[in-house]
Amino acid sequence: MKSLFKGDDFLVFNPETGLYEKDPEQQVRDDVEKHYWKNNLFTILKDWRLYVMLLPMIFIFFCWRYLPMYELLASWKINLTGTNKVAEQDWIGFNNFYTLMFGTYSASFWQAFRNTFVLSFYGLLFGFPVPIILALFFNEIKSDKYRSVLQVFSYLPKFISTVIITTLVWFLLGRKGIDATAQPGVISRLLTVLHIVPKEIAESGMMYQPNYFRAIYIMTGIWEGAGYGSIVYFSAVIGVNPTSYEAAQIDGAGKMAQMRYVVLPAMLSTIIIMLIVRIGSLLSIGYEQVLLMRHNNTLVTAQVISTFAIDLKDSANTNLATVPELINNVTSMLLVIGANVISRKASDTSLY
Amino acid sequence: MKRKLEVSELIFKIFAYTFLTIFALLCLYPFLYTISGAISGREYVDNNQIILIPKGIQFEAFKIVFKDNQFWSAYANTLFLTFFGTIFSMFVAILGAYALSKTRLLFRKEFNFFLVFTMWFSAGVVPQFLNYTATQNIFYSIGISDDKWLVVIAMGMAAMNIILLRNAFEGVPKEIEEAAFVDGANELQVLTKVYLPMSKSALATVGLFFGISRWNGYYWARTMIKNINEWPIQVYIRDFLENTIWNTDISDISVNVYSQNSLMYAMVICAIIPILIIYPYIQKYFAKGANLGGVKE
Repeated sequence: MKSLFKGDDFLVFNPETGLYEKDPEQQVRDDVEKHYWKNNLFTILKDWRLYVMLLPMIFIFFCWRYLPMYELLASWKINLTGTNKVAEQDWIGFNNFYTLMFGTYSASFWQAFRNTFVLSFYGLLFGFPVPIILALFFNEIKSDKYRSVLQVFSYLPKFISTVIITTLVWFLLGRKGIDATAQPGVISRLLTVLHIVPKEIAESGMMYQPNYFRAIYIMTGIWEGAGYGSIVYFSAVIGVNPTSYEAAQIDGAGKMAQMRYVVLPAMLSTIIIMLIVRIGSLLSIGYEQVLLMRHNNTLVTAQVISTFAIDLKDSANTNLATVPELINNVTSMLLVIGANVISRKASDTSLY
Repeated sequence: MKRKLEVSELIFKIFAYTFLTIFALLCLYPFLYTISGAISGREYVDNNQIILIPKGIQFEAFKIVFKDNQFWSAYANTLFLTFFGTIFSMFVAILGAYALSKTRLLFRKEFNFFLVFTMWFSAGVVPQFLNYTATQNIFYSIGISDDKWLVVIAMGMAAMNIILLRNAFEGVPKEIEEAAFVDGANELQVLTKVYLPMSKSALATVGLFFGISRWNGYYWARTMIKNINEWPIQVYIRDFLENTIWNTDISDISVNVYSQNSLMYAMVICAIIPILIIYPYIQKYFAKGANLGGVKE
């Protein structure tokens, strides 16, 4: 069939009439395009209930997730008239950024910045492998009853509030009691017996020692979340076909080789997804937990960006306080996008 | 035929059993310690002599907590926030997730992005504080002076939970929905008669997540609820720790048979008991919930 390109249309030779005519399919496509908005409007009207159903969600997210982003403009503004309304404040360019990074608050800002990175990096380094190991171990326990009992216990801390967990941490690592026979908190006593923590430090209270804050924070995080975190990995492990193990055994694979060549590949995509999630939330450290666990003595290591911003909000002004969080959250978003791009290139697994 | 265990396998197994048992006991220990601490005598608690077994048993601390009206009003506030908060969040999430699960929804991708973007980027605590304060003023001006409603409506929504529900709804076979439409059901009937009964476990999971986060919420409740009589239990407990426990000089000669710490322990137990009671019934949904959470585009 001969065809001719003319203008926007493909003209097709019609042997019956002996003329070049518009392709009938093209005609349909044109009609669809011409009536694009009309058709869309029709679809919306036909399914109007669906769109009404979306409204509450959109309203909630717009008002309390997107409008706060508008408040970030306070970073470039100054409060001269005593109003908290960002729209009525005056622009001052990057002055707030300057004050924070190089001016009056530079020392505490960079300290908080560093602490955020160190705390989240260590948290990832030590916290990330634990659920994977737990899942591998759970897989070894062949008695379903015993395993589910262990699992139920290990998920439990995840569902207890941060307030209660930190309260217990304060008590278990707490200070010395009244008289000569008094002892420090039970866990810190156990740690002195195991020679992990010197006796003097345990007696003066580990929670007041800046050097121990990071370890305590990370261990609490592992205690709280590792059991629950192992669920995803465990379901990847039990998804492995038992015949794969048998085949590996026949090929002479020991336990470690089976782990390496059978279990690990099965878990890999889950591990990558969880890693992306973790990297994405790398800088969004649980401010609640830090807020509840820090002490004036431990600010050197405990102050993170969010708590620093909260302190600034209370002590200085909100305009200055929006800046560190803006920096933190933009970096965090770049991290999650970056991690996603890398994992997509490396292994075809991506989250978003 | 039973295969003989290899040595490496045996060692690994023994190690796994020991490690997991210790880990599980460690997860349980703080709660057992709390119970012991709540019912032990003053001198033992103040000197940190309780390890696991309660010593010098007394129940005065519990009696004091049971008689503490402010504590129970905080408890009622938490129940209020959990009940209405969960219902409100579920209402919004179910409707939104149902609409998003439909391929015939126009701009579906854009709506999804609208949701997922909030997981990548959040404005942060201080901008949220400014926003909530503005909302609070609007609420006051239209006559809602109870800050609890602000917490119920403005806080506690999570994009992740909506996505989880959406994924569950997408798993419902299309044929059933079409059959319902042919029988003359409308959108709302399809949702309530077909989708909800068919995704019970996802609903339970999401409801659980919302409920737990409402029950455990602390920072925003403390920041936004001005009237201390409206504080939820978590705020009350933290306030008790900060202002009573830390400010009490424990070398004071106390006439009480219970320690101040035992009061704290008793409150902690009261605060986690509802979770412990429903926990065995709902924990089977966790595995499903944790696995449903994968974000698909």
